[in-house]
Amino acid sequence: MRIPGLELEFDRLPAPLPIWRARVDADAWQVAARAVAAGGGRLVALWGADTGWREAGGFVVCAAYALADGLAWLELPLAADAPAYPDLSAQFPCAVRMQRAAADLLGIVAIGARDTRPWLDHGAWPADRFPLHEQEPEDAAGERRKVIDYPFVRVAGDGVHEIPVGPVHAGIIEPGHFRFSVVGEKVLRLEQRLGYTHKGIEKRFTQLAPLDAHRLAGRVSGDSTVAYAWAYCMALEAAAGCAITPRAGSLRALLLERERVANHLGDLGALGNDAALTFGLAQFSRLREDWLRVSKEVFGHRLMMDSVVPGGTACDVDGAAAQRMRDQCEAALIEVSELRSIYDEHAGLQDRFMGTGHVSAELAAELGLTGLAARASGLAIDLRSDHPWPPYDTLSVTAATHRAGDVAARVAVRFVELFESLRLIRDLLAALPPGEHRSAVSLPAGATFGAGWVEGWRGEVFVALELDGDADGHRIRRCHCHDPSWQNWPVLEHAVIGNIVPDFPLINKSFNLSYSGHDL
Amino acid sequence: MWKILRQIGRTGIRSEAVPAYDDALRVEAERIQRDLLATLGRALAIRHVDAGSCNGCELEIHALDNPYYNLEGLGIRFVASPRHADLLLVTGPVSRNMELALGRTYEATPAPKLVVAVGDCGRDGGIFGTCYATCGGVASVLPVDIVVPGCPPAPIEILRGILTAVRRGRPAQSAPQHPT
Repeated sequence: MRIPGLELEFDRLPAPLPIWRARVDADAWQVAARAVAAGGGRLVALWGADTGWREAGGFVVCAAYALADGLAWLELPLAADAPAYPDLSAQFPCAVRMQRAAADLLGIVAIGARDTRPWLDHGAWPADRFPLHEQEPEDAAGERRKVIDYPFVRVAGDGVHEIPVGPVHAGIIEPGHFRFSVVGEKVLRLEQRLGYTHKGIEKRFTQLAPLDAHRLAGRVSGDSTVAYAWAYCMALEAAAGCAITPRAGSLRALLLERERVANHLGDLGALGNDAALTFGLAQFSRLREDWLRVSKEVFGHRLMMDSVVPGGTACDVDGAAAQRMRDQCEAALIEVSELRSIYDEHAGLQDRFMGTGHVSAELAAELGLTGLAARASGLAIDLRSDHPWPPYDTLSVTAATHRAGDVAARVAVRFVELFESLRLIRDLLAALPPGEHRSAVSLPAGATFGAGWVEGWRGEVFVALELDGDADGHRIRRCHCHDPSWQNWPVLEHAVIGNIVPDFPLINKSFNLSYSGHDL
Repeated sequence: MWKILRQIGRTGIRSEAVPAYDDALRVEAERIQRDLLATLGRALAIRHVDAGSCNGCELEIHALDNPYYNLEGLGIRFVASPRHADLLLVTGPVSRNMELALGRTYEATPAPKLVVAVGDCGRDGGIFGTCYATCGGVASVLPVDIVVPGCPPAPIEILRGILTAVRRGRPAQSAPQHPT
């Protein structure tokens, strides 16, 4: 691992993907940001930590960059009296909200940042308290402040008016606020305000035992429970220096691909529905229900929560269960192929899909769009093919890409990925390695780090973990979970510009971003 | 259009009609419909509010709308405004950032109204507990009629919870105090 222009001493973490860690100073922090941006790298995550437990009175800010040869986790120590670091938003616009969140939770600020409005802090806790400070009492509720009147950016001009939506939405979806500035039906600007589902997950991690906390990771965003549990367990196993068996790896991939199929089935139905083809919703929601029922039969949980556990998986798959899943893949392949041709040939549906919510490849790259949505805008980013870790190293996954960048492209990518996941499930089941599905994880004697990086159905999920050693009871000191929605929410604001208000639900659904995974 | 009709024809009516899965559910569904008609004699309108959930419960509430459960066929439907609702279906540990919006949604719902808290988090905060950012279970903010435990509860359990709330029917009462 090397960042051009810098001589950093990277430590490689013992994770199945190439993840490297280094400490930097403020100059190197900025040089690295410029070099990564110039080299086409991505900012995966930015977060802060109170590291008073490992060095006197300190805070750090961390950045995780995705580069051609892996992930670089950079840590910049900050001054205790005035913890501040150079702003990254000039190189990486997606850093803005992450920096605002770090300021709310830790009081560390980005020098030179233009947008310093609170983000996760809606006034629910006292202004002088920072929830992730080490000395903060664990269950501190504190005095609620007056509700903050959030300063939305106003659009002025003849005939411009605002449509405020949320946090309680009209459908069965998560809460968030959208402020549209429109002329007639045309959207001039959308500004999001999120943070409504902030429930203190990162603080909660520090109260749980490392071997139990995969359950919390699996509830950061329920639709990505497998991706998060795997990323957390990968981080824990890297910190502990434990490897999992090949069978455990294959079972985890099986779970992850089943999660991808379940979500794509749900989204394809909902996208048809949002374009007034209720037939699509009925068909795909039926297939999704069939899918979840088999998950319940085989893994004991419809969404496969708590199926990925430290050291492997909670349960094994026997011959009958494997056959059950193979049969289901065959049936799903036939049905989804038929539905795809119906979607493709449906003029009314395609009229709503094509050209709607367009994101060009240039904009996608500039704003750091990631995951499924990025692939639909021509960016071939997929950890399963970029850094194929076991068992993906033997499965030759091809990233499904599309050049159009509109709703139609995001639908098409879902279809292609769905078929690819069905293929992967069949291949995984055909060659399940023998052996145990779970091995023991012994926590490390000394304080240590770990990281996990997994391509969930929505995009890359990243977990950074810091553990105490024996002497301090193996506490989790910091566990940062990063959802790809952080990158993709701001791009949605751009995708709707110039579209009509009634197309917003369709565009929004085509991204299907997580509120909970973002708000933590 | 031909392909759509063919697919519909091939699929058939799946609502509680697949013996491998649905014998038990069919009994349940018929009983639910009888109870609903006896109690309400009209449709039940539900307003869902996510007050901070991980979205797992939302996935299972969505599943209630699939052909297997055929919720609308039972006379139950989700509505877009609390002003149209008889029942609030609330998920999540109530985050402090949603406390106000949840209270206002309750106030906007005409009496008599019912509240069903869904999931382990809706019951008592679940794995998230009560902390600087959450108030815990839904009952810490609203008067709750029924709690459906589970993480997340299966769709049929959510349906059972909704039904149970309806059968218990509660007289109108004054709204609790909320922060403004």
